[in-house]
Amino acid sequence: MQLSGAQILVQSLKAEGVEYVFGYPGGAVLEIYDALFQFNKLKHILVRHEQAAVHAADAYSRTSGKVGVALVTSGPGATNAVTGIATAYSDSIPLVVITGQVATPAIGTDAFQEVDTVGITRPCVKHNFLVTDINDLAVTIKKAFQIAATGRPGPVVVDIPKDVTQAMAKFSYPQEDVFIRSYQPVTQGHAGQIKKAVQMFASAKRPLVYFGGGVVLGNAHQELIDFIHLTGVPCTGTLMGLGAFPSSDRQFLGMLGMHGTYEANLAMQDADVVLAIGARFDDRVVSVPSKFLEKPKKIIHIDIDPSSIAKRVKVDIPIVGDVKNVLADMAALWKKQELLLSPTSLEKWWQSLESWRKRDCLWFDNDNDGDIIKPQYVLQKLAEITRNSAIITSDVGQHQMFTAQYYPFERPRQWLNSGGLGTMGVGLPYAMGAKLAAPDQDVFCITGEGSIQMNIQELSTCFQYKIPINVVTLNNGYLGMVRQWQELYYSNRESETYFDSLPDFVKLAEAYGHIGIRIDKKGDVEGALLEAIKQKDRLVFMDFITDKKQNVFPMVGNGKGLDEMVLPPHMRETPKDSDVNDVKDRDYDTRSVP
Amino acid sequence: MRHILSILMENESGAMSRVVGLFSARDYNIDSLAVAATEDKTLSRMTIVTHGDDTVLEQITKQLNKLVEVVKVVDLNESRFVERELMLVKVRAVGKDRDEFLRLAEIYRGRVVDVTDKTYTIEVTGSSDKLDSFLETLGKTSILETVRTGAAGIGRGERILKI
Ligand SMILES: Cc1ncc(C[n+]2csc(CCOP(=O)(O)OP(=O)(O)O)c2C)c(N)n1
Repeated sequence: MQLSGAQILVQSLKAEGVEYVFGYPGGAVLEIYDALFQFNKLKHILVRHEQAAVHAADAYSRTSGKVGVALVTSGPGATNAVTGIATAYSDSIPLVVITGQVATPAIGTDAFQEVDTVGITRPCVKHNFLVTDINDLAVTIKKAFQIAATGRPGPVVVDIPKDVTQAMAKFSYPQEDVFIRSYQPVTQGHAGQIKKAVQMFASAKRPLVYFGGGVVLGNAHQELIDFIHLTGVPCTGTLMGLGAFPSSDRQFLGMLGMHGTYEANLAMQDADVVLAIGARFDDRVVSVPSKFLEKPKKIIHIDIDPSSIAKRVKVDIPIVGDVKNVLADMAALWKKQELLLSPTSLEKWWQSLESWRKRDCLWFDNDNDGDIIKPQYVLQKLAEITRNSAIITSDVGQHQMFTAQYYPFERPRQWLNSGGLGTMGVGLPYAMGAKLAAPDQDVFCITGEGSIQMNIQELSTCFQYKIPINVVTLNNGYLGMVRQWQELYYSNRESETYFDSLPDFVKLAEAYGHIGIRIDKKGDVEGALLEAIKQKDRLVFMDFITDKKQNVFPMVGNGKGLDEMVLPPHMRETPKDSDVNDVKDRDYDTRSVP
Repeated sequence: MRHILSILMENESGAMSRVVGLFSARDYNIDSLAVAATEDKTLSRMTIVTHGDDTVLEQITKQLNKLVEVVKVVDLNESRFVERELMLVKVRAVGKDRDEFLRLAEIYRGRVVDVTDKTYTIEVTGSSDKLDSFLETLGKTSILETVRTGAAGIGRGERILKI
């Protein structure tokens, strides 16, 4: 039987097991929308802006581990989708984004709503295709899913001209993976390298595991937990790795990097052997490589993407492969060889780590400012009420870092945010995508009054499809993170960072058909959150009016080493220990442990 | 250091712009680029001359390998190779220069491929260095126009780049 290109596309998506398509119609995709209408087994979520379609598909993927799918029209539809695609690319999220294109005879004529989508998206996709022959359509969709989900995952764009969606052809979908001779990701780690790595790790005096988002994407959390428990070593995670190892576990030192904990940052600086797993030594993590390497250390690096290895720092033992396989191989070898880290060294190491941890860098003064709501307090309460188990999305800014610091993530895929690109506006569409992927979970979007306004129109989508998420704005009236930098590095000149004409978010939420609550007293925080949890069928928008000028500490400034953090006020007050450099200059072995 | 990268990739539209885009997006340099289909019509072969230290070259190679259409990448500098570039140069050739240019062309094993009463067009092949030196010998004032293909390179002896 002959099917139209549009029908072939829809049937191909079904064959891939796609449940949701997030999209927005237009001229170039009319045929596809008609096919969706006739074949109503695919659930289509009509967003209010194409950027949100891609973000929601991305969140669906982050939550479920499956490939997310978005569908947009040509020209402005495709350009609106670019921020979403770039966001997913930065965080290696598997997506297939279908873009409509003008009919093939019109391509290159500057036709109405024509843009070179393949050209525009090329630098921010794992791969992209322009389908010019209907006979290639099904196999291209198959390849797109395959490429998106395997190796280092990422978004794949498939640009389909209108006449291809209208043409007729016989439909047959490849059952097996398509062989792509130029695309053969390595999944097994090299046995010799693994052996060397295990031996090097076992010889460490101050070992540290540093894990990133690759562990989450590679579903390797259990292997990670097993290896860390097996060896008894401390570990730290990146923003993207949070949840891969339970935050409440004693062996976890907290997140590291620009806003990492005191203990994690000092551990990273001081370690003699670092085992990096699915993490890429991003500038937000190690700041400047020269400072990072001031203390000599050996680095073992496991990653599925060879180009992530030795990109920023020199690596002693590179292992290319799927982190899940490599970690399992390492644990097996460790057990077989009955390896053991030197107990005295390890104990000494832990003593230092505990002494740093005791400094309690995330403590904040919650008692001396009357009724004022501290953003940290809202997150602590939220963690308590949701028992650390809600799915949390965030936008970008101080609220994002406070969430990473104060909400203890216990499992992977529980924490969704734009780590790589740092895209304001992801929070709400992420929450939508997450809730659709995990309808039984409580989903909270933690956002700022700046970020939420970048995709606030999606409150309308949430109303249409009854997506009962919870929105928490930590409303400080400022583009807080920018203001923090202005305070610290631009002599407090608050250039264009505060809002004096914010909308009434409560009324706005109500206008979109939701429940709005304004909370401006500390005493009301808990009540509001409990109310939100109780409302299982409604979206609750909570506008928390918070302390205007809280800053995120610790903080590693630009060009500084991880051990040169700006500390929170309570840590600065102790005269002797206040100087972080002091710690750096002392040799490890002579460092006194309080 | 100057490196010659030889790349085998799918002969598909857009593949070359992916490679070029990678260089510009990551601020790597392309000194020259030559590309054409191979004896296998589904594959094209690209020779890129670039420069950078070892870390830069390692990243360039890894990033190229990451492109879906790229089948193989080798850095020809890793062992011995032959390098050739073709150049066409048009010179103003009048009076006693006419004989002089013929002699020079012969020394560089060039051929005159087009003649008018005022000009010669000379074809020369060789390493990029040799072509540079030919231009220098001709002297700036007499050169009217040059066209160069960019280097193409191939490993010496048994070493081949194939799938
Ligand atoms: C699309 C986009 N534009 C600009 C920025 C730069 N930026 C990073 S944080 C920030 C301020 C965020 O303010 P808000 O959402 O109110 O959160 P807060 O920091 O106050 O918690 C800005 C403007 C960005 N990350 N993304």
